[in-house]
Amino acid sequence: MSDILIKIRDLHFSRGDRKVFDGLSLDIPRRGVTAIMGPSGTGKTTLLKLIGGQLKPDQGTIEVDGLDVQQLSTNELFALRRRMGMLFQSGALLTDLSVFENVAYPLREHTRLNESMIRYLVLLKLNAVGLRGAADLMPAELSGGMSRRVALARAIALDPMMIMYDEPFTGQDPISMGVLVALISELNSALDICSIIVSHDVPDTLSISDQVYIISTGKVVGSGSPDELKDSKSEWTHQFIHGDSDGPVPFHYPARPILNDLYGS
Amino acid sequence: MLNRLLNKFQHLGAITLHSFRRLGRGFLFLLEVLASCGSMFVRPSLLIKQLYSVGVQTLIIIVVAGLFVGMVMALQSYYALVDFGAEDSVGVMVALSLLRELGPVVTALLFAGRAGSALTAEIGLMKATEQLSGMEMMAVNPMQRIVAPRFLAGVISMPLLATIFSAVGVFGAYIVAVELLGLDSGAFWSQSQDKVDLYMDIYNGIIKSIVFGIVVAWIAVFEGYDCMPTSEGLGQATTRTVVHSSLAILFLDFVLTALMFTK
Repeated sequence: MSDILIKIRDLHFSRGDRKVFDGLSLDIPRRGVTAIMGPSGTGKTTLLKLIGGQLKPDQGTIEVDGLDVQQLSTNELFALRRRMGMLFQSGALLTDLSVFENVAYPLREHTRLNESMIRYLVLLKLNAVGLRGAADLMPAELSGGMSRRVALARAIALDPMMIMYDEPFTGQDPISMGVLVALISELNSALDICSIIVSHDVPDTLSISDQVYIISTGKVVGSGSPDELKDSKSEWTHQFIHGDSDGPVPFHYPARPILNDLYGS
Repeated sequence: MLNRLLNKFQHLGAITLHSFRRLGRGFLFLLEVLASCGSMFVRPSLLIKQLYSVGVQTLIIIVVAGLFVGMVMALQSYYALVDFGAEDSVGVMVALSLLRELGPVVTALLFAGRAGSALTAEIGLMKATEQLSGMEMMAVNPMQRIVAPRFLAGVISMPLLATIFSAVGVFGAYIVAVELLGLDSGAFWSQSQDKVDLYMDIYNGIIKSIVFGIVVAWIAVFEGYDCMPTSEGLGQATTRTVVHSSLAILFLDFVLTALMFTK
């Protein structure tokens, strides 16, 4: 079995006239936490959707566990997705189902387990994210952080080979953030799977990542371990990792000289 | 001047292309929905839940509207017919109007406003909150679990609601004509029984309501599924559901009436 779980080669993808990916290539290992980082609007979430087969690239290949995602039939794609977990930014919980039923949903859909076994598994998964006591609550009664933890419990319900996290830390208070960071790290170690985190939250993401890719303008502009990136000589990588306000990504949006705008010319 | 004219033509062309593209997408969507309807045999509970939400919860507005439409029609018919001494025909006139036209049409219009817009909003909101994407990533087909049950529930509910509308309307007409205006009860019912034809009037009315059910449910679920996942997009989609459904109902009613009731 190859150590590479996801192999992306020469990926091109556009939305309308805007090129999102322009020849992106990267490998994601079968185990460990891989972070995909970059400024807002660089297509990080789009990349997850391409890996999950929800979008089709204009050119290039995406292989997951040796399978070319674009060449799969609907049934084959669904079979592959059963081995993937995805945590959406909003949680994407089904709002008409309780927390318990949300976690039980993939089990009911894809297994023939009896009710007592489903209950057993759901409570274990909820316990893993610390929300066993919230099993009877409805999604509307949860905070943002709790929603994501429930979604995480749902994502691991079928014991997937990989979990994709779409901006898991956005909009979280420090406590929720700490809980999520610890959970992602611990779950990855305990389940020994591949975790892909898409985020632009540098310190927290780097703290739990084994490997990092930084993407911008449709390409990989930096990669390596967190320590390597922190010491990177690349001006762009340095600006992103350290959050400098000016650098290769300028502070000012391209414009005419200010005097021309103020006094006309 | 020429440029402005060309721009107008270009704009018209763009709108036409967009409309046809959307129509094409809508037809492909309908085929996909129809192909997904078989899953209801595996999970009938999904359909039953939607029948309650789409059908049963629309019942009150249908019953109330049917009652008043029947009562108003009885009053108007009576005032028109009494001049010719034909007021005993109030029952048959109301029954035929309801069964052939008003039952299916008004029910469909009310259904589009009450259930159609709710279906669009619900599916659109599920899209905006990534619930549909989430299902796809859980290897669950939202066409089978979300769209097909709602579509089928609309198609099944419509003829039932239209039948109830017509029945309640006739009852409302009876209250006005017989109980308030003092017409003969025997004449009211016997003329209705004599003149209303099972095939020509009742079956045709049911066929109409089935067609309206398919069209309204299709538009409602498509608009929800195809909407921009923003609050503005959702608002526009629900408005489009009501407007497009209403226009489609009125247009199809004319076509079906022309086909069904030729002499």
